Amino acid sequence: MATEELQPLIYDLGSPGRIGVNLPECDVPAASLPAELLRESLPLPEVGEVQVVRHFVKLSKLNYSIDQGLYPLGSCTMKYNPKINEDAARLPGFAQLHPLTDEDGCQGALYLMRELQTWLGEISGFKAVSLSPAAGAQGEFAGILMIRQYHLDRGDAQRDVILVPDSAHGTNPATVTMAGLNAHELPADSQGNVDLQALRAACEGDLRERIAGMMITVPSTLGLFESTILEVIDAVHAAGGLMYMDGANMNALMGVVKPGALGFDVMHYNLHKTFSTPHGGGGPGSGAVGVNARLAPYLPGPIVEIVEEEEGEEPPLYGFVMPEKSIGRLKAFHGNFGMHLRAYAYIRVYGDSGIRDVTRYAVLNANYLRARLMATYHLPYPRYCGHEFVLEGHIEGADAVHALDISKRLMDYGFHPPTNYFPLIVPEALLIEPTETEVKEDLDAFVAAMEAIAAEALREPETLLNAPHTAPVRRLDEVKAAKELVLCCAPALPR
Amino acid sequence: MGDWQTPAGLKYAKSDEWFAVQGDTVTIGITDYAQDQLNDIVYVEFREEGESLDAGDSFGEVESVKAAAELYSAVPGEIVAVNAALEDEPEVVNADPFGAGWMVKIRADDLAPLEALMDAAAYDSYCQGR
Amino acid sequence: MSYIPHTEADTRQMLAAIGVPSIDALFDAVPASHRFPALDLPPPMSEMQAASEMLAISEANDHGGDFAIFRGAGAYHHFIPSVVNHILLRGEFYTAYTPYQPEISQGTLQATYEYQSMMCALTGMDAANASHYDGATSLAEAVTVALEASRHRRKKVILSHAIHPQYREVVRTYHQGRDIRIIGDRGRGEIVDLIEMLDDNTAMIAVQYPNFFGQIDDLSTLATAAHQVGALLVIVANPMALSLFKSPGELGADIAVGEAQPLGVPLGFGGPYLGYFATRKKHVRRIAGRIIGETQDADGKRAYVMTLRPREQDIKRERASSNICTNQGLMALAASIYLALMGKNGLRRVGELNYHKAHYAAERIDRLDGYSVDKSKAFFNEFTVACPRPIADINAALLEAGILGGYDLGQHYFHLQNHMLLCVTEMNSKEEIDRLADTLAGLA
Repeated sequence: MATEELQPLIYDLGSPGRIGVNLPECDVPAASLPAELLRESLPLPEVGEVQVVRHFVKLSKLNYSIDQGLYPLGSCTMKYNPKINEDAARLPGFAQLHPLTDEDGCQGALYLMRELQTWLGEISGFKAVSLSPAAGAQGEFAGILMIRQYHLDRGDAQRDVILVPDSAHGTNPATVTMAGLNAHELPADSQGNVDLQALRAACEGDLRERIAGMMITVPSTLGLFESTILEVIDAVHAAGGLMYMDGANMNALMGVVKPGALGFDVMHYNLHKTFSTPHGGGGPGSGAVGVNARLAPYLPGPIVEIVEEEEGEEPPLYGFVMPEKSIGRLKAFHGNFGMHLRAYAYIRVYGDSGIRDVTRYAVLNANYLRARLMATYHLPYPRYCGHEFVLEGHIEGADAVHALDISKRLMDYGFHPPTNYFPLIVPEALLIEPTETEVKEDLDAFVAAMEAIAAEALREPETLLNAPHTAPVRRLDEVKAAKELVLCCAPALPR
Repeated sequence: MGDWQTPAGLKYAKSDEWFAVQGDTVTIGITDYAQDQLNDIVYVEFREEGESLDAGDSFGEVESVKAAAELYSAVPGEIVAVNAALEDEPEVVNADPFGAGWMVKIRADDLAPLEALMDAAAYDSYCQGR
Repeated sequence: MSYIPHTEADTRQMLAAIGVPSIDALFDAVPASHRFPALDLPPPMSEMQAASEMLAISEANDHGGDFAIFRGAGAYHHFIPSVVNHILLRGEFYTAYTPYQPEISQGTLQATYEYQSMMCALTGMDAANASHYDGATSLAEAVTVALEASRHRRKKVILSHAIHPQYREVVRTYHQGRDIRIIGDRGRGEIVDLIEMLDDNTAMIAVQYPNFFGQIDDLSTLATAAHQVGALLVIVANPMALSLFKSPGELGADIAVGEAQPLGVPLGFGGPYLGYFATRKKHVRRIAGRIIGETQDADGKRAYVMTLRPREQDIKRERASSNICTNQGLMALAASIYLALMGKNGLRRVGELNYHKAHYAAERIDRLDGYSVDKSKAFFNEFTVACPRPIADINAALLEAGILGGYDLGQHYFHLQNHMLLCVTEMNSKEEIDRLADTLAGLA
């Protein structure tokens, strides 16, 4: 049994009667409580304020974060989260604004949402945007529900297949199933593009009448821009399907190409990737969706529109509107507003000239790392990459060493590892995404660490196999966790 | 040959189940190759005794730390026994996939679908090519 | 260039290493006809300008800094101890990603494990996940769990009409692609009427606790009735009310879900919030979303890790029951810190403050001519008032008196025209409550 611990559990601190907050006396007469409805025990900790502060500060120090260093986690766009956005989110006019405030009383918030809708539409070339989705996955879900409803309204109920490349994020096929449709997987060709032959076979073969659409990530999860994207879009449209763009990699596209202009019908944005809202140790995200004219009536709601035009000195009146044939509401209230305002501030600071630079420098940084590292690690797709690229985490002559070992060893060099084992179609994948906010010196240090690790792999593979050595803990027993399923500490369990 | 066992006398499905026939009762488990691919198995779940299956239906699920696999019966029939011991000790599937790691017994309505499955040699070469 | 640190020299050296003449040359795979479109966005701003613009926009809202808030209806104005925000602002927490690399994520992992534990404590359940987007999506995910528990043989889902109207809309959005029937909420059924609807085709029945009208229904017979036909009981509970009232576990629920925003998350115009999801051990493997479990490292040191991973979309792909990846990590951390600070004694005190103040307000308003409070059932911190005039008129007058009045129930419930749902929390002083009552008196 494990005895040593990094930091005791909050339940193991404290003592009966302790409390971590100074609460006011009750200033009204006490009412009688209905004894028969009350609970008997409330098994929460009893800890003082100073203990709580120290507990969480100590825990925080066990984390790696962007604020500490490079976080080249592919497909996650771990860019710097501007501090001013955090200040803005905490202004009382935002933080203490009730979501059911009458529209007259929240014109500031509605104005902000409306501007953000417009800007996101402009950046991606879409007619309409809904900020409702709480995360990218919910944006995907909304997109596929819209496609489904579009076909149903046209009497095309047999269209129940969504094409998905085999390099796709797992959310894509999972989304299709959630929406009650069927995912059909397509292979990639040797260049990392969707295999056009396989796509045409699907679009012109038995599936033709059943194709509802296709979900595709651009650039692909390999970090590669599909050089045949226009052909892909044409093939699916010709079969009667709609095109969904997974916008997880939008950091490679801003000001470079507008997905709407390419012919996509719908896409989602990850505000917590491209638009710098913090990842928060796993969330919250925010996953706006943009659509072209034919899907606009189906957007999840509510969205913000001008309900009364401005008149002379009077500013316009903004209001919430449910699109005419909306697929419905995705969550209570109106999306993760706290993320909307951060994204607003982010776009506002960069402005028209800066937003394109975000993408330009993200792509520069990725290609720089690619160029520097391809001498040491195998680069399966030797092309210019977008904002990220994939290497094989395998070193000739060090067969025992896997991508996972390289990743764990990077921790000892003070870096967060890249994404491992995704995309699934590259063996031992290391997916590397530096983002535009990283300075050249840090990129060079990362290259030096990767080179040193490659040398270690040959000289002293054990060092990698047992890494990390300097992290707060060593590798964990995941089998034990999954078998024993201790998901809640004992003092908290019901008696 | 790979470094996995494939006993002769059993039938094998592409989805990595083995089938042993005794009268009209078919015992099903997963192959040594499959347990090796899955790695440490941490959980199994089976349909209940008495449930009827069509050929190709799922009779349960097996999970390791990093993967989950659906389990399919090639034959139609009624589940007459499940290996409940595996629920507490799923690692037995790793240790003894063809013995103590058996999963369900089905009273088959029709054994014919087994004829389309692979024998040991064919399954081995199928696994070699994966 | 704002948050981009490159000097011209950096860029030059990097381009040379890549072997391209310019950054723009890296985009040759993009169809030339579509490359580098114009962007019609406003010009860039300095940090000073951005700060003052954000302040100006925020002040164009009627917020809790300027108004006494008596509105709840799913979003609650509670006290948040200063410590919560200070910890949340630690970059180690808010600028970290999902803890896929547990060796350097023990802070997030242990804090989330503690969150799960404290949600179990509140709800009386065996296991909780690391959170869903909000209370509404937690309920929608509970429907999926119930359908899976019956292996999709049962096709009926019963929702009480006294569940938040938006939550019921979300359930319908989530399940529009499925062949199921959602019933119960189009009438005004009491718990006994809902029990009548149970049959062996029912996958689950869900009720809200306290219900949308603030009332504590008698749920004593509900669990037995549901379980008799093999249906799951889902209770959508306000965790703040669980400071005082029986837990969903004690009431026999199979799944407890709800909105944990009251536990340390600000109103924030509706999000990000915190959907909690807790259940009996039996259903643990059907939960969607992240779950943290205890284990140990290679040296035997206690540590935490994401577990039951094969349920999730990145592994199970089209066979996953949900596509969720993110949780509301930072909000779950806020709830952990809040619950740790409050603890057993503080949370009960806050619960009592809510109860006493709401009852004081209800008594005062019920005595006013023209107003009548529904006292047919026990309530916690919200209650329904029949008013003498349209709620929009009343709220406009309250706003003049610096008060954000109650929620207009007639918007969703046709039979409740001129009824408002008032919410009173520990944030409302006696002076504010008296001002509310006095202003209402003047409108009768």
